[in-house]
Amino acid sequence: MKLLTHNMLTSHVKGVTKGYPLLIKATEVKVSEVEFNPNFVSRMIPKLEWSALVQAADGLGHLQDLPAELVTDYEKNEEFLRKVHRVLLEVEVLEGCLQCPESGREFPISRGVPNMLLNEDEA
Amino acid sequence: MRFLAGCILHGNSNMAIHCSRTCLQYLIHLAHDNVDFRLPEIRSLLSLRGKSFDPCENFKEKSPFWRLNGLSEEDVNSIMARTVCAKSAFELWGHGRTHSELRTSLLKYPTENMSPFLQKDSTYKINVYTFNKTLEFEDRIKKIDAMEYLSFEGRVNLKNPKHIFCLLEDYGTDPNNIPDEPLYIYFGRWIADGQRELIRSHSVKNRHFIGNTSMDAGLSFIMANHARVKAHDLVYDPFVGTGSLLVACSHFGAYVCGTDIDYNTIHGIGKASRKNQKWRGPDENIRANLRQYGSEKLYVDVLVSDASKPIWRDGMLFDAIITDPPYGIRESTRRTGSQKDSVKPPEDYVGDSHVPVSMAYHLSDIFTDLLNFSAHHLVIGGRLVYWLPIYRPEYCEEMVPLNACLRLVSNCEQTLSSHTSRRLITMEKIKEPEPLGHQAARYGAHLSPSLRAPVHRQTHLDSITSLITFPIYVTPFGSFPRCYCFCS
Repeated sequence: MKLLTHNMLTSHVKGVTKGYPLLIKATEVKVSEVEFNPNFVSRMIPKLEWSALVQAADGLGHLQDLPAELVTDYEKNEEFLRKVHRVLLEVEVLEGCLQCPESGREFPISRGVPNMLLNEDEA
Repeated sequence: MRFLAGCILHGNSNMAIHCSRTCLQYLIHLAHDNVDFRLPEIRSLLSLRGKSFDPCENFKEKSPFWRLNGLSEEDVNSIMARTVCAKSAFELWGHGRTHSELRTSLLKYPTENMSPFLQKDSTYKINVYTFNKTLEFEDRIKKIDAMEYLSFEGRVNLKNPKHIFCLLEDYGTDPNNIPDEPLYIYFGRWIADGQRELIRSHSVKNRHFIGNTSMDAGLSFIMANHARVKAHDLVYDPFVGTGSLLVACSHFGAYVCGTDIDYNTIHGIGKASRKNQKWRGPDENIRANLRQYGSEKLYVDVLVSDASKPIWRDGMLFDAIITDPPYGIRESTRRTGSQKDSVKPPEDYVGDSHVPVSMAYHLSDIFTDLLNFSAHHLVIGGRLVYWLPIYRPEYCEEMVPLNACLRLVSNCEQTLSSHTSRRLITMEKIKEPEPLGHQAARYGAHLSPSLRAPVHRQTHLDSITSLITFPIYVTPFGSFPRCYCFCS
């Protein structure tokens, strides 16, 4: 699971109102090289919840020098875009789980794939 | 009648007498399959260039030859770089019902538009293409020789010419009644070929990871074009299966993600769909499919999830949603929840299938949920493209689901049997849904009264479940249904 995806996911356990962001509990994380595309990163930035991204990266120990606040005029700032690219697309949680911040329910991640299915009583 | 700056349009033939490059007409030669899907594909690709579809007089959608106005050569190149419906495009120099009319038309074409391509120091060749007829070699040569009234000054080079010209003859669409003389003739300068080669290069036959319902390559690319997928987009498939649609979208440079309720398919484990293969191998999953075509960098994620219970936060917007929802026949239609009709997951899969008690997901709900999801999670102008299964004897347009935030762009039928077909529906988001509490945008408000009662829709769609087997499946020998093709 990449952090771009994590930034978009929310808990949908019945009755939960504050299901975002999910807490990441990772047992295996991988960093791989993905070709940098500044256009894509620029387009994704407005869609992101910045603080959730920072918190997630920090929780995995991969924050490095990503700023806590979104930089203005980021479209032309290649250095900044590269930092965002790394965090969004290159850091992957392979094993672990995502935890609903309100109900505590855990969604397992295995082989990089989160399983978000709920049981019948939670749906 | 349109007047373009600096142009005078000639009465009948619509060919300009004094012409700037923008008055040129382009001839698109289309393949004769997926006929109903062609116009929406070309329109969608034109709209990516900010251009509208502007055909010449006597436009016939079913014809393999379309003459278009108002385009530049860059527009044509862009369309041909994406289309799988069109075979080639030409800058049209002349046309007519007979060779005599063609000659008149060609002699009227401004020489200043021709001369850059007829230079002494350049090389060229002339192809002859006949639709719905086979011509002997000598006859082709005769036709080329008959064009000598055009002042070709360069040298002929059949292997690697600088410029290629084409004489195209249309012998109609009836293979049982081929006329001696062509019904219509065109002559033009070849600009580009379409991407029909993708149908072969991305064929599901050769793909690492397939399933029973993997979408055939041609249709996947058509869907990506109908959805106007482009580079740097983020595209989502909520019924991703083996990722065929993501493969097509990533080919056009979009980043892709998907979800599916089937744990085994998402993880690429369990029984194989190929004949002679029992279990799926380690390299069989969606990510591997993208890697096979060099698009792994565009892979975002796939997740195991129930499409009826979306996992995306509010404000999360995709550029396009492209999907082939389950029809309830070939792969079981499931969703989580407590009801009778639960389907137990098969127990002989490698690994736990991780599907809690399932219930039959009524087909009508799938589309309601899909449209509602799209209204909430598409960007404005973003498109939803999906297949709608149809029981033909009962079909009427009102059965196509509607949503106040989505505009219906196209509806193309692919016949599967005498009683069944599926329709490729394309919708475009035109406005945001109203916040909860306002009922106006709710799905159902825009159905005709007879269809508002859920019972009617369920009956129609569920009757499909009981009646038909969709004859679309992938085998190592090809995928069905085949379309009859006239031309070589």
